[in-house]
This record gives sequence, C-alpha cells and structure tokens, in this order.
Amino acid sequence: MIVIVAFILAVVVGFATIYNALVQLRNRVKNAWSQIDVQLKRRYDLIPNLVETVKGYKIHERETLEAVTKARQIAIAASGGAADQARAENMLTQTLRSLFAVVENYPDLKANQNFLALQEELTSTENKIGFARQYYNDEVLRLNNKIEMFPSNMIAGMFNFKRSEFFEVGEAAERQAPKVEF
Amino acid sequence: MGEVVGQGLGILGIGVAFVIWLILSVVSYFAGDQIFLSMSGARKIGPQDHPVLHNVVEEMKIASGLPKMPDVYIIDSSAPNAFATGRSPETASVAVTSGLLRILSRDELQGVVAHEMGHIKNRDILYMLMVGVMMGAIVMLADFGIRYLFITGGRSRSSRKGGGGQAGAIILIVGVVLMILAPIIAQIIYFTVSRKREYLADASSALFTRYPEGLASALEKISKSPKKLESVSRATAPMYIINPLRVSERGLADLTSTHPPTSQRINILRGMGGAGHTDYDEAFRKVTGRAVGVVPASAMISGGKAAIVKPKEADGSTQLERLRQATDLLWRLNSYIFIACACGTKLKVPPPYAGKTIECPHCGRKHEVKRAAG
Repeated sequence: MIVIVAFILAVVVGFATIYNALVQLRNRVKNAWSQIDVQLKRRYDLIPNLVETVKGYKIHERETLEAVTKARQIAIAASGGAADQARAENMLTQTLRSLFAVVENYPDLKANQNFLALQEELTSTENKIGFARQYYNDEVLRLNNKIEMFPSNMIAGMFNFKRSEFFEVGEAAERQAPKVEF
Repeated sequence: MGEVVGQGLGILGIGVAFVIWLILSVVSYFAGDQIFLSMSGARKIGPQDHPVLHNVVEEMKIASGLPKMPDVYIIDSSAPNAFATGRSPETASVAVTSGLLRILSRDELQGVVAHEMGHIKNRDILYMLMVGVMMGAIVMLADFGIRYLFITGGRSRSSRKGGGGQAGAIILIVGVVLMILAPIIAQIIYFTVSRKREYLADASSALFTRYPEGLASALEKISKSPKKLESVSRATAPMYIINPLRVSERGLADLTSTHPPTSQRINILRGMGGAGHTDYDEAFRKVTGRAVGVVPASAMISGGKAAIVKPKEADGSTQLERLRQATDLLWRLNSYIFIACACGTKLKVPPPYAGKTIECPHCGRKHEVKRAAG
C-alpha cells in the first residue's frame, strides 16, 4: 500500500518538475525575444545624437548622413513581421557602417570625444543585438529539445507547448560586405 | 579527576571549533563577496566611468542570459587579472584590474569577462564555498575523532571484555590512519574540483562569445606578464582567472593548484572545432589525452554544437589609449581634480591641493584648483 502511494507521489513530483521546466524555458524564450527589441530601440535612440554631432562638422557626404536618418525612420515604422523588421534593421546597419567609413576622412570629427563615445555605444548596441539574438536562439534550442525529447514530450503534448522558431532571417544579408557608395 | 577535566576540556575544544566553523560558514555565505571585494581594493564603477568595460560586461550578461547585470569593479593594479564573486546570479560582481584593461583588446577582454560570467552562471562561487565548507567539516571531524580517541582510548579499552581487544586495536589503527589522511584527501578533492570548474568556465566563455580565440589570446598575454598581484592570499587565489600565486608554469600542473596549467587551457581553446560545449569536451579529451571529458552530459544536449563567429571589426584602440582611460578613471574615483591647461596638458591634481594655486609643470601657467565635483 505504502509502495503504491510512494510511486504515485514520485510520478506527480516528476510531472510537476518537467512541467515547471517547460514553463520556465517558454518564459525565457519570450524574455529573450523582448531583449532583442530593447536593444533595437536603444539603437534608434542613439542615432539622432550621432547625426547632430556629425552635422556640426559640415561633412561633404550629406547623402550618407541622410541615408542614416531615412533608414532609421523606416526601421521604426516597420511592422510587417520578423522578416520585414530584420531587413529594415540590416539596412540601418549598412547605412551606419557607410557613415563610419566616411568619418575616417575627417580626423577632427574622428577625435571628437562625443563622437567616439557615440561610436562605442553604437558598436556595443550592435554587439548586444547580436548577442540577444544568439541567446534567443540558444533558448529556443533548449525549449525545442525539451518539447521533443522523451519523457518531457509527453507532458509538452498534454499541455500544448509549441516549438519556437529560430531568428535566422536576414543573417545571410548581414554576411555580405557593405557597399560604400559616394 | 584529571581524566574528567581532560575530557571536559576536550569536549569544550570541539564545541568551540564547531561554533567557529559555523560562524565562518554563515559569514562567508552572506558577506563573503563584499569582504573579498574590499580586501582586494576594488572600486565600483558605473556605465559612464568606463563605457568599454561596462558595455563588454553588459554584452556578456545578455549572451549568458543572466537575470541581472552584475556590479562592475576596477582594481588599481598593473598586474593583469580578473575575478567574479557573489553567491547567486542575482547578487554577482565582476572585478578587473587596470593592468588587464591596458593589455587586452576588446575581444580578449570580452573572453575574460565571459569566463567570469561563466563562473557566475554555473554558480561556481557558491559551489566552491560549499565544497570548502564540507572539506572543512571533514577535517574538523577527523580532528575530533583523533582527539576523542586520545581522550577516551585508554579508559574504554581497559573496560572492554577480554577477547575483543585485538579487533578493537585494528579498528583503532585504521581509524587513525583515515583521520590523518582525511585532511590531505579533502585538500586534493578541493583543488581537483576547483580545476574542473575552471575548465567549465572556459567552455562557457567560448559558448557565450562564439569566439574561443579571444579568451585564448587573453590568457596568453596574461600569463606572459611578469607583474604580480598584491593582496592575494591562498584563500582568495582560486577566484582569479589565472592563479596569481603561480611560481612557474610547471608548478601549476600539480595537485595543489587551484587552476589548470594555462598552456593547456590555451591549447584546448585553440583546438576547438566549434564554440559549443561538445566542441570543448572533444578538444579537452584530445589535448589532455583523458578518456573522460569535463562537461556534464546535460550541458552537451543544449549548447552542444555551435559555430565560431569571428568578430567583425578589429579593435582600433592602442595600449596607451586604454591605459590612459583606465588610469584617468582611477584618478577620478580617488577624487583627483582634472584641469585642462592651455598648453594642451591635462593636469591631474591630488585632493589635498584643492583650493590652492598650482603651476603647470610643462609651461608654468598658474591654475587655481577648485574643489572636486561629486
């Protein structure tokens, strides 16, 4: 009798443990996704300051500067799902790279403390976007593994846990070297 | 009469030792990280104080998935080293010396910071604390055992029934041998565990950065540096990224070292075919020639295989720039006053000169030193 009770208890505890692990992973995936968003918005906030600093030095390549502002507006307005968003973000990254390449020709601007600080912040924000995506993909892998593998797949099926998608859109475009045009 | 007093004192001694052990364990758990940070002379910094370091730590916080950003500290020392402390991922701190900031590029610094975050994520600080407490308990029990035997040995043997005396003597001898060996075995266990956690932190660093070469070249630079870190004792040595008490490369390979040999760590990192835990385990087994790897099976299922991602742009900073940045920050933290002289020199004035007039050592212009802000 005691053996039966102990067995049922063990099964219940096992159930609860697996269920909780699944919930935790699902929440981590959601959190990781919002982290990406936080970093993207951080980049939007940094750019106007950068544009103002560069404008003060009256560089010749005005279109490069305007391209940054335009790309930023498009990225903020992008609402057509993950693929569109990723494409807009990549465009913004390319315009920023072009701008930094142009600044190489202006040693005064390059040495400006404000500009250097902004450059570090933008580089770091791009790194953070990359790492946020990396972490998101890592957590998605963990969640999908748990959903598909035995014995947690039984409980995942019972409570309808769904697999998540990897953030892959746009990486192919990112690997291409940016073309700088004057 | 003498025996009773002896026994009473013996038990009192045991009681005192137990209470001391208990207090040490509790204090270490709750305040250990703060004690350690102040012992090493670490100064806390914010995002504006050293943007590169703070950003690197924040990037690794995101990549590792820590729930909260750890506190960032700088230590004023030309010896390059780093450590992490804190009993849980929510109460963690990372400290880095100014010497480290000077010699490492951004990617190498990121590798080192990622290694420390690996310690935090894997809860190594708490783990090593518990192992230390347990080993301390084992040593204490072994000590009590010996004392108890000495106190009561004579009496109980004489009151034993005849015939059981010989077996009792053998048990006694075995017991004494074990009790003498226990502290030695405990030490060996402690150091073996410490070395294993170092390998795991290296593996975590490779996974977070997706760039094992960053940490590898950082370790290379650090181990070549001849400068020694002050205010380090045997108790705090295990927390650093490289054994600060190292005498020579060979000395690191013995059983009493808290860190694995640096050359081995570098070879493993450079021998990785990917950036994941499975890749690290394969490289570990290949380099050390051991059949059993170091990464637990559960960690290899997720985070097993991952591709290496080379960083996009080379870090443009020079050693001089990084040194200036780190030392300027330390001067500011120590309430030094900064004055820009018209000849182009940036004067850094110690606090006692506040309110006085000084001369620029380059051009001789006089400056009035205002009180430092904040």
